[in-house]
Amino acid sequence: MTVQEGLAIASAVDTPKKSRGPRMRFSLGSWLLPVYTALALVFLLIPIAYTFIFSFNDSIKSNISWRGFTLNNWINVCNAQDVCSAFGNSILIGITATVIATTLGTMIAIALVRYRFRFRSAISLLLFLPMATPEVVLGAGLAAEFLGAGVEKGLVTIIIAHTMFCISFVVVTVKARVSSLDPALEEAGRDLYGSPAQVFWRITFPLLLPGIIAAALLSFALSFDDFIITNFNSGSATTFPKFVYIAASRGIPAEANVIASAVFLIAIVLVVSQQISAAARRKRLERVG
Amino acid sequence: MAFSAFATGTAQEQAPRRKSRIALLLLLPGILYLVLFFLVPLVSLVITSLQSPSALGDIGQYQTGFEWQNYVTSITQYGDQILRSFSYAVLATVFALIFSYPLAYFIGVKARPWPLLQNLMLVLVIAPFFISFLLRTLAWKSLLSDESGFVTGLKALSLLAPDAHVTGTPVAVVFGLTYNFIPFMTLPLYAALERLDTRYLEAGSDLYAHPFTVFRTVTIPLSMPGIVSGVLLTFIPAAGDYVNASREFLGGTGTSMIGNVIESNFLVLLNYPAAASLSIILMVVILAIVTVYVRRSGTEDLL
Repeated sequence: MTVQEGLAIASAVDTPKKSRGPRMRFSLGSWLLPVYTALALVFLLIPIAYTFIFSFNDSIKSNISWRGFTLNNWINVCNAQDVCSAFGNSILIGITATVIATTLGTMIAIALVRYRFRFRSAISLLLFLPMATPEVVLGAGLAAEFLGAGVEKGLVTIIIAHTMFCISFVVVTVKARVSSLDPALEEAGRDLYGSPAQVFWRITFPLLLPGIIAAALLSFALSFDDFIITNFNSGSATTFPKFVYIAASRGIPAEANVIASAVFLIAIVLVVSQQISAAARRKRLERVG
Repeated sequence: MAFSAFATGTAQEQAPRRKSRIALLLLLPGILYLVLFFLVPLVSLVITSLQSPSALGDIGQYQTGFEWQNYVTSITQYGDQILRSFSYAVLATVFALIFSYPLAYFIGVKARPWPLLQNLMLVLVIAPFFISFLLRTLAWKSLLSDESGFVTGLKALSLLAPDAHVTGTPVAVVFGLTYNFIPFMTLPLYAALERLDTRYLEAGSDLYAHPFTVFRTVTIPLSMPGIVSGVLLTFIPAAGDYVNASREFLGGTGTSMIGNVIESNFLVLLNYPAAASLSIILMVVILAIVTVYVRRSGTEDLL
């Protein structure tokens, strides 16, 4: 922290030296980047604001032109046909795929960092490839496999597909956490005659937990928003994104905006409050230190 | 860079040579899963791509064969869509890089004295992820439609011909692809720039280098790993995307990409061999581009 602050002060002192133009240009230059950043962030939020505002639209069938403010869409979310069941399916698929992918991925991440074994590079490649493959290929491939095996597509095939593409992301996320773990802590546990299981559940697992939670949240987000792979492997089952895709041709009901806005608000509140509490913790630690 | 390489090196060395039986138990379920639901599907795509129509001639019925001809047919029939996919994806990647670099630079370097602000700005960058990808794209469709204030404004200023449209054009599709994949570009750029040691930049300016020279010879090379992963994370999904280009979203009749053709062949026309051969073509071209690109940018350790 102090090094960074020192550098910040040093660079602040240095800036006038760097600018060669007249004073005016210097002040313009130093404002350009913050202003650009603010505008860029606003730009990124435009469609979110649009979706949120139109969740209050008093629309009849299609939710395209503004017809007046109403809270009805929020109060009777499930009025629009199928939107709530599609949302429920998405939650169910998201949770199931997340639990399976996080378990399998965490096990792989621990093995990759902590053990030496043969075929290491082949396994790394197998973990990397799903992330480098376009979703449409993953989706079509699984659909071709299910077709060849005569499996009927539905919720189960969607869960299988989502688990598959989440595993690699879990491995990447948890692996970073495992590598940063101080092995001395586990050694201390073993020195105090902790059994391997005790050492794992009392020391390793709690230390890995933030990484595992991050991986699980990422998995859930990936699964919840996936459309392309789902579309190939869903058969007649509907998820929230698939519902939106099908409804797109005849007009999205405002209730879909309500669900998307609500999910957005919950996610943003969770993330922001986590950031603020982390910042407060940092401050406390600094004071103590 | 040298520091992070050193860090991963020690992490490797920590790994004690313990019983590989435990490693096998930890690896086996996940690896089996990926073999079964990632590798086998790729193999079945290859098999499907070589199938020939069944002797009975029913729609959607195929028999195992060795029809190399399917690939030739796909390339000649859908050459336009294949080319379009890659040119749209390249354009979207370039625009996303130009858009994201200053943004990531401000968050990762300039905002360092304020960690909370840094994190809150990052939350805003990933905020689009929290709202459905499809709804975001549909929001742009409305905002860019002929009745929207933006388009009528452009027409009033004579910046757009009175009978012109924005939605349904390649411009709208590339715009949508760029918008949707910006966070994938910004996050790795931020990760690289956040670790950038600003003392190197000071050294450059102390030696009387022009700010632009410092940027070109110090900042860019030091942030190269971030640029490479951002480009890959944007280019790969953009090349395979079919939502932005589809007619219900930002595309029109003349904008369909390879993903649209794979979807319609697989799910509508039930022409599985065509869809499978197109998928294999897409995958092979992407892997070739990625390999060459990663080699040339000198960041092979990413793989």
